[in-house]
Amino acid sequence: MIFDVIVIGGGVIGCCIARTLSKYDLNICLIEKEADIANGTTKGNSGVVHAGYGAPREHTRRQFCIKGNKLYTQAVEELNFPFQRIGSFVVAVEDNQIKFLEEERKRGIEDGIPGLELILDKERIKYMEPNLTNDVIGVLHAPTAGIVSPYEMTFALAENAVINGVKFFLNAKVKKITHQDYLFKLKTKAGEFQGRNVINAAGLYAAKISKMVGLDYFELMPRKGEYILFDRNAMHLNKVLFPIPTKVSKGILVCPTIHGNTFVGPNAQNITDKKDISTTEAGLKEIIEGGRQLVPNLPLRASIKNFAGLRAVPDTYDFVIDNTDVYGFINVAGILSPGLTSCYAIAERVEEYLELIGVELKTKDDYNPIRPKPERFKDFSKEQLDGKIKEDPAWARIICRCEMIPEKEIVDAIHNPVGAKTVDGIKFRCRPGMGRCGGGFCRPRVIEILSRELGITYQEVTKRGEDTYFLIGKTKDIQLRNIEEGVKE
Amino acid sequence: MNKYKVDVVVIGSGAAGLASAVEAKKAELSVLIIERDHELGGITLQCIHNGFGLKEFEEELTGPEYIQRFINEVKELKIPYLLDTMVFEINKDKYLYAVNKQEGLIEVEAKAIILAMGCRERTRGAINIPGFRPSGIYTAGQAQRFVNIEGYLPGNTFVILGSGDIGMIMARRLTWEGCKVKAVVEILPYVSGLLRNQVQCLEDYEIPLITNYTVTKIHGRDRIKGVTISKVDRNFDRIVGSEKFIECDTLLLSVGLIPENELTLQAGVELSKNGGPVVDNNLETSVEGIFACGNVLQVHDLVDLVTAEAKRTGKVAAEYVKSRYDKEIKARETIKLVSGDNVNYVKPDLINKNDLSNDIIFTFRVSYPDRRVLIQFKDEENSIIYKRKKIYVIPSEMVELSINLEKQGIKPDCKTITVEVIPRPEVLIEED
Amino acid sequence: MLELSTIKIIRCIVCPTGCEIKAKKGANEKVTFEGYTCERGLEYAQQEFYEPKRILTTTMRIENGLLPLIPVRTDKAILKEKLKDVLVEIAKMKLKAPIKMGDILIENILGLGANIIASRDLIKLD
Ligand SMILES: Cc1cc2nc3c(=O)[nH]c(=O)nc-3n(C[C@H](O)[C@H](O)[C@H](O)COP(=O)(O)OP(=O)(O)OC[C@H]3O[C@@H](n4cnc5c(N)ncnc54)[C@H](O)[C@@H]3O)c2cc1C
Ligand SMILES: Cc1cc2nc3c(=O)[nH]c(=O)nc-3n(C[C@H](O)[C@H](O)[C@H](O)COP(=O)(O)OP(=O)(O)OC[C@H]3O[C@@H](n4cnc5c(N)ncnc54)[C@H](O)[C@@H]3O)c2cc1C
Ligand code: SF4
Repeated sequence: MIFDVIVIGGGVIGCCIARTLSKYDLNICLIEKEADIANGTTKGNSGVVHAGYGAPREHTRRQFCIKGNKLYTQAVEELNFPFQRIGSFVVAVEDNQIKFLEEERKRGIEDGIPGLELILDKERIKYMEPNLTNDVIGVLHAPTAGIVSPYEMTFALAENAVINGVKFFLNAKVKKITHQDYLFKLKTKAGEFQGRNVINAAGLYAAKISKMVGLDYFELMPRKGEYILFDRNAMHLNKVLFPIPTKVSKGILVCPTIHGNTFVGPNAQNITDKKDISTTEAGLKEIIEGGRQLVPNLPLRASIKNFAGLRAVPDTYDFVIDNTDVYGFINVAGILSPGLTSCYAIAERVEEYLELIGVELKTKDDYNPIRPKPERFKDFSKEQLDGKIKEDPAWARIICRCEMIPEKEIVDAIHNPVGAKTVDGIKFRCRPGMGRCGGGFCRPRVIEILSRELGITYQEVTKRGEDTYFLIGKTKDIQLRNIEEGVKE
Repeated sequence: MNKYKVDVVVIGSGAAGLASAVEAKKAELSVLIIERDHELGGITLQCIHNGFGLKEFEEELTGPEYIQRFINEVKELKIPYLLDTMVFEINKDKYLYAVNKQEGLIEVEAKAIILAMGCRERTRGAINIPGFRPSGIYTAGQAQRFVNIEGYLPGNTFVILGSGDIGMIMARRLTWEGCKVKAVVEILPYVSGLLRNQVQCLEDYEIPLITNYTVTKIHGRDRIKGVTISKVDRNFDRIVGSEKFIECDTLLLSVGLIPENELTLQAGVELSKNGGPVVDNNLETSVEGIFACGNVLQVHDLVDLVTAEAKRTGKVAAEYVKSRYDKEIKARETIKLVSGDNVNYVKPDLINKNDLSNDIIFTFRVSYPDRRVLIQFKDEENSIIYKRKKIYVIPSEMVELSINLEKQGIKPDCKTITVEVIPRPEVLIEED
Repeated sequence: MLELSTIKIIRCIVCPTGCEIKAKKGANEKVTFEGYTCERGLEYAQQEFYEPKRILTTTMRIENGLLPLIPVRTDKAILKEKLKDVLVEIAKMKLKAPIKMGDILIENILGLGANIIASRDLIKLD
């Protein structure tokens, strides 16, 4: 089978492109190296849909971001992922910072960012966000900024893409690409794929993929950002809170998540190892100190986890979105922040490029842009719940007590169009283990359900594929093995 | 929707739930127990080691043996119970909602509610260990459940963080299953569990106990490959240069328990500093008719004390149903309890002034170990209401006292009582 | 004066005082104990020195039970040095549900004078 389009990389960018193209009469597949999609940078970021004032004017990121932000409105309607425009504050604590905010506002308004407002009335600021430091003297309010669950949006994109005919291949690391006579051949861990057009959305590894077709014109540096996540009851924030940005980053923010938790982070640490998503003592200290500038009473005792994500930083500091000299090969690389915000605008650009190189984009009659909202126990009224349980008793077995997730939601996550195969896959799709007990209560039960639904043993269930097994065997196995081997000390 | 109407509903069927249900039933009330697991018994079912029941039965039993006696009693008294049933809501009118596969949505209307949901374990997130997020990190209780109940082994070679009793008991349990326990690492300068467990669970098997150290880094991207441990100073800050690497494929965390408080909060009950509900001397929470006992109220180290507390709760809840329920009651006048020097928390949080002539049971934990101390209760004017000597105190052992405050001569207008644990003055002099 | 050498340090676990009791041996090969505060401590130290014993609590595999394992224990303390062998014996066994608490699952295990008994009821899985 020869695909019309092969997308490399199952992050938010790859999935968004695949879904956007799925409305056309094309044969499309997406190839991902991990056991699940949304396993790279897409799961380790701030989840902020930026208003767009942040990036410098000379960068294309700025326009992608402003446009991307607006496109969220339609996307949420169609895909039903968790998203809310709660607005953001950039917080000034010194007089000279007000001037910067004023300039930022002016530039933003000129570039079409709606509603930007400089607020200097401290009382009003504190009313809007009571947790903010008393040192605040002014804020730049961007009402169109929002918060999103990046991985849930990516799953929604992928599910909708599959419904519209896109094929997903997991555990399929691309190792080599050859191209001849307008045909690309991709050697992967899961066999060979052939396609007319290739879209490189491989995140941190996009430069490597680009080099596979001989295009060696940019490098990507990993830059780590660390986070601490707090329990839902610990603090309630109304706004995304940014400090005055530095040259290299938007600074350490204190921010609510779409699920009602709060977090502090990220810092910005240049590293060399693209797999190093470890948190560090120094990093955690840095973000705590940074966060305290905005919210002095960070609820550190209620932290429920720390994690890190890696930005793919190109040497130009700007997105590398190119219709390249290799005909049919499109780079969508260096998608650093605000890539999440920009994804819909980026996908539109890819569409334009494909059209430009003569790919026929004919909308399918049966294209269905709607991905229905997953049914959630939490959203039901008592009467609905009663009815649901009568339909399927799996609604009545609560697996995760912190997030109130019943067995039904987990089974659905396993059997959905891009189904979960791992414990993390389930966690990111429907949240068991996301709560304060960190999986303490639900993990054995999730393992049980995965084992049953996928027909694998407990020992074969993993956290996120490969070597991330949980259990080594049954109680007594070691002793029985010792007896067999006649080992006796 | 299935509806139940009972005098007392008990949430949780651990040691606390069962004993309180039995007492309420003995007071001739209708009782319903709701348990989310598929059998009665709670956490003790997985504590298959011995060391239970010395106070309650003057016999040394294993956890399952101890709890089986209460299960049998519940069955003999024909107390109805629902299994595999999760309570997920308590509303302001004290209606309680639960779900299970057989009955679907369940509504329970009760005159009194007893919270007995037990506790949960603190996790890696709660202590913020930096590093990767590989598989192979378990809380000790989770590993205990896998090994003893579900029948699976979580790993081959272990490091255990935390020298509480659960951590040490798991060290022996895993050794007995043929696993290798490389070390038990403790951030404090002393073992936090019982000496008996230190001797019989660690020393018997030459498992190193490394005090004043903590895990400062987790290695391995996929499965955990090892941990870095570092020595800490008095402020628990890592001492640079003291790092040691220990190879292991599993890390067990035994770093503390916190009362399960999801439902408690949801019911609108006020929480206190220890994470459990604020209660008065009748173990009644800030919401009239809702009572609490066992680990949901405060983390206990001895099941026998849970049982005693739960029996009291069953009785007071029954009394409430009989004498106070649905009656106009005048606002309670109370005395507030405050944690003073070296007192981490104290229960109850409030005392009803009407009950001053009764013996009241106080329980508290200290913040750090000390020897030859004086326990003092003082009023707001610093006059001493009660004092008592004690040879030693340690955070891992809850202190229990029964005091009749009226007999101690408490002033009638007393508003707060501060509980403190201080070095005995004569000791200071001795050492001079 | 006789020169005594310490051959074993035993920490008394009978009460929380935790006395450090030293077993010492003199020229006449006679062992004496020092450091205990009360008689219970001496008794404990003697037991620990001459014949240390432990209660063993573990699990045994079960077929067709509600759970795959049943918790079991020795009904008396057994010699510490025999724990390993007893564990091996128990690991080899696999019984069928139902089982009642107190049921003797292995009689007089390895001739040590102790039985392996069930610590709980375990019903059959239907
Ligand atoms: C700390 C941090 C905070 C951020 N905050 C925000 C924010 O608040 N708002 C915002 O808009 N943006 C934010 N971003 C940016 C945003 O997260 C990224 O732009 C976005 O996630 C990039 O998605 P992606 O699909 O390009 O990359 P990824 O999610 O990394 O996806 C790339 C995929 O390609 C796969 N892959 C790689 N190599 C191969 C191969 N050889 N074969 C097959 N598959 C391969 C990978 O496994 C991966 O799944 C943040 C980024 C970071 C790091
Ligand atoms: C690992 C461990 C080891 C211990 N070892 C010893 C020892 O050696 N000796 C000793 O004396 N003591 C020991 N203890 C202490 C003692 O056993 C416990 O403190 C005591 O059993 C707690 O009883 P409980 O009823 O409060 O809680 P639990 O036994 O935990 O019971 C709570 C019950 O409530 C249920 N529940 C919770 N939420 C809901 C809900 N929403 N709906 C329905 N049901 C719900 C739970 O499923 C559980 O069954 C140990 C404790 C632990 C945790
Ligand atoms: S010798 Fe006596 S006082 Fe000392 S620890 Fe043993 S029992 Fe306690």
